[in-house]
Amino acid sequence: MESKRTIFQSKVLPYFLLAPQLVVTLIFFIWPASQAVRSSFERADPFGLSTQFVGLTHYLRLLQDPLYLASVGRTALFAVAVTAIVMVVALTLAVAVSRAVRTAQAYTTLLVWPYAVSPVVAGILWWFLFNSATGILVYMLRYVGIGWNHNLNPTQAMIFIIVAAAWKQISYNFLFFVAGLQSIPNSLIEAAAIDGAGPFKRFRTIVFPLLSPTTFFLFIINVNYVMFDTFGIIAATTSGGPNQATNILVYKVYQDGFVGLNLGASSAQSVILMVFVILLTFVQFRFVERQVQY
Amino acid sequence: MVENRPFLNILTHLVLIAGVVVIAFPVYVAVIAMTHSQTTLSLAAPLLPGGELVANIVAVWNFDPPGLPPFWLMVLNSTVMALIIMASKIVISILSAYAIVYFRFPFRMLSFWLIFITLMLPVEVRIIPTYEVVANLGMLNSYWGLTVPLIASATATFLFRQFFMTVPDELMEAARVDGAGPIRFFRDILLPLSRTNIAALCIILFIYGWVQYLWPLLVTTREEHFTLMMGLRQMAGVREIEPQWNIIMTAVVLAMLPPVLIVVGMQKLFVKGLVETEK
Repeated sequence: MESKRTIFQSKVLPYFLLAPQLVVTLIFFIWPASQAVRSSFERADPFGLSTQFVGLTHYLRLLQDPLYLASVGRTALFAVAVTAIVMVVALTLAVAVSRAVRTAQAYTTLLVWPYAVSPVVAGILWWFLFNSATGILVYMLRYVGIGWNHNLNPTQAMIFIIVAAAWKQISYNFLFFVAGLQSIPNSLIEAAAIDGAGPFKRFRTIVFPLLSPTTFFLFIINVNYVMFDTFGIIAATTSGGPNQATNILVYKVYQDGFVGLNLGASSAQSVILMVFVILLTFVQFRFVERQVQY
Repeated sequence: MVENRPFLNILTHLVLIAGVVVIAFPVYVAVIAMTHSQTTLSLAAPLLPGGELVANIVAVWNFDPPGLPPFWLMVLNSTVMALIIMASKIVISILSAYAIVYFRFPFRMLSFWLIFITLMLPVEVRIIPTYEVVANLGMLNSYWGLTVPLIASATATFLFRQFFMTVPDELMEAARVDGAGPIRFFRDILLPLSRTNIAALCIILFIYGWVQYLWPLLVTTREEHFTLMMGLRQMAGVREIEPQWNIIMTAVVLAMLPPVLIVVGMQKLFVKGLVETEK
């Protein structure tokens, strides 16, 4: 990794500068993570007095646990749905904003602020719209003949968290798509227009392919968001229910570990999630590096 | 724009207006709910403002049910937490980026990788062991416990590192010729140059701290350290009785106001910070 051509000659100072960051990282990141790995191979007796090495037992049990496997499938569905909705909507809005030259700034202001809304708040806002007694959307749905109750209906509960999670993430994707669209040289678009390509053909053959780094980056970020940051939405609204319908992996780690106090199983789940995040991060950085080179 | 297509222009605005309406709708309904009484809201959710706004705000401000601290204390806790996280993330990241860019020393690469790894370990995947560390250090139910475990930041370190790499080497050489040491150079030259970056990061990191939910939930068991997000969840989470929507929605709107105002008010800086930090 590069540093400056000329540097300061000090043997001690850099360690002092790095110390706060490294101490926090070691105590609150590396150490706990290694503890999670260790306890995923151990079983503690009910009083926490002694532990016993049990190898892969927790992992094997997880892989045979229908509840866990269901949660994996549910999380995948949730991630795919939210990511797809968010990216399609955000890209459409970004393309529109880049066409609306004079009013772009105003529209952007009206579209970016949900970034600052916390997952808990996003959950409660939609909870209010969908609440069975007086929710406006429930009222509208009843008008078209759909009875809504996400407290009882698992499918509706899943749709509910998908909507709330997607709503919050659109602004973020929108901003990155706008930045990506701005970095596409106008001359390319003009050349295509002179060659007779209409707006839709230009989008399909030039704009969209050139946006692919942004799209890929956002895809990874969105998967990460759905897997971890939606905790607040679920905790504030469905709490994983009804009947496990919205119990996604990250919520299950919390429930099994902190509420159910099943440390070994919860640690094994944590470790699986960690491996997943590490893979995502590496894919992302490999890709970014490749981008930089050409 | 390349050519003039009236149909597409109309479509553009229709799409944008539809987008704005969908994005704003939940908040519009919440703001409207904020102006109605409990009785009105228990019959049907209205779409036009009522006259109970001030009464509701006063009620929320003095809201102090059993099991929750007073609302103003949660506002204070959230603010303190967000500000501490923001300030300390910036301080420790700018220092470590400075060390990594302007010095060469053994374990430089290792340090960089240790910081990088924090990207991959969100608090959600290491809940219990981190909780145990904080408990063993006696940091439960304190501002320390709320903030310190969250302040390591790979993204902020990367941003500063990126920025330092673009600062011309000549500046540092000139400073050295003039007799400035590393600390002097950092304070008098690098820090002033980083002003915009710091300001942009402040926005992002303040929001990061403000919206935290899982971590405060774990480390605070006593009311006096509850944050707004925890309070909101508890207000909304009572399933058995019909929720007091006027109080909840007023609290929700008040809780989202500070970060939303920051984002809207400092949009340029915010967008710059966001797009540059993550890339």
